[in-house]
Amino acid sequence: MYPASFEYHPAASVQDALALLAKYGDEPKLLAGGHSLIPVMKLRFASPAHLIDIGRIPALSAITDGGSAVHIGATARHASVVSSPVVRQKVPLLAEVASHIGDPLIRNMGTIGGSLAHADPAADLPAAMLALGATLVATGPAGTRTIAADDFFTDVFTTALHPGEMLTEIRVPARGAGSGGAYEKNPDPASGYAIVGIAAQVQVSGGTITAARVGMTGLGPKAMRLAAVEGALTGKPATAATVAAAAAHAADGLVFVDDARGSAAYKGNLARVHTRRALARALAAATA
Amino acid sequence: MAEINVSVNGRAYTRDVEPRTLLVHFLRDAIGLTGTHVGCDTSQCGACTVLLDGRGVKSCTVLAVQANGAQVTTIEGLETNGALHPLQAAFREAHGLQCGFCTPGMIMSSVDLLSHNPHPTEGEIRHALEGNLCRCTGYHNIVKAVQIAANTMAAGGSAVAAD
Repeated sequence: MYPASFEYHPAASVQDALALLAKYGDEPKLLAGGHSLIPVMKLRFASPAHLIDIGRIPALSAITDGGSAVHIGATARHASVVSSPVVRQKVPLLAEVASHIGDPLIRNMGTIGGSLAHADPAADLPAAMLALGATLVATGPAGTRTIAADDFFTDVFTTALHPGEMLTEIRVPARGAGSGGAYEKNPDPASGYAIVGIAAQVQVSGGTITAARVGMTGLGPKAMRLAAVEGALTGKPATAATVAAAAAHAADGLVFVDDARGSAAYKGNLARVHTRRALARALAAATA
Repeated sequence: MAEINVSVNGRAYTRDVEPRTLLVHFLRDAIGLTGTHVGCDTSQCGACTVLLDGRGVKSCTVLAVQANGAQVTTIEGLETNGALHPLQAAFREAHGLQCGFCTPGMIMSSVDLLSHNPHPTEGEIRHALEGNLCRCTGYHNIVKAVQIAANTMAAGGSAVAAD
């Protein structure tokens, strides 16, 4: 399979990429690692007339310690995120989630920004962004703006990025004492994408859960937070009973359909089971 | 067309390619190195695995233009003056293949693994090969081959004379 023909434009800098985006209007796509884009181009689901390669902008792949947040350049590869000491120390949930993406070969090429901008409803990283309360930095002709992860994923394969903008950085708030996270995924055996993935990050103080964010991927049109689960955790004792009661709400408000991946009832059960497992591990990490 | 400069197995190549050319087709058709196989063509099976600047990638999902300026290593680049790489020798010794179609990818992924983890556990080997599918062996002898090669390389062994 070959992609349809396109013109290739390596960008030397973010400004260069933005200028190329402006020049070609609606026709271009940004190429980072290409591991979401090239497959859909080979299947001819996408046939952009122009590809702007942002994978050659060195500064765009840096992972740095910003003190209260870890700053991850949009073209940092998944393997770099997984192995980054600052990510593992300050936001271990992100390293755990990224280690579930595809396989080692895919993680060597795919990038964090590429995956997020692609916004596959079964991708792993969006659940982590929601659970960690990340901020996504978009750069466009008018400058830079920040978008909360809660507002970034708007629909199937659709984000809050404007035409002419590019995702340049992901800022993930650093986690400290009393905070714990975990990711529980049931992968599709063929594709490796999540049938369901639950990313949970909880804060525990004096035996009480003081904050909880739970991101779900795979079972909806986009990654979303499980508000009913979070509501059943906050202010409650950090116990298995709280986890069980909260996880029972994992499918609240979600509409499932029967398909090749399973029946609606099965998917609801998957959501509850994986939410319970993720919360149990997150609490254990928070109180370790 | 786009001009690219790629080092493949230590030899420099300058070629004009259509931007849509996939790295695997560049290697097989433009350079004539057919040891890298196209299996599923959908980023799943790993038969097309090569090293791009030292790390294993699926060359059916990389554009040749993305490899411009890079160092690529294919299965043909492993032997030294006709002597097999320890992984190649171990796959033969442990019967780590039957039809052999997945073998170049299996070996290139294993080269990547052993380059940053010279003493992997069995579990680490299996995880490292998650992106490589074999429809013949059931994987056990592939894992054994990687273990044998790791031991050979740890003992200072390099290449093994081919028949």
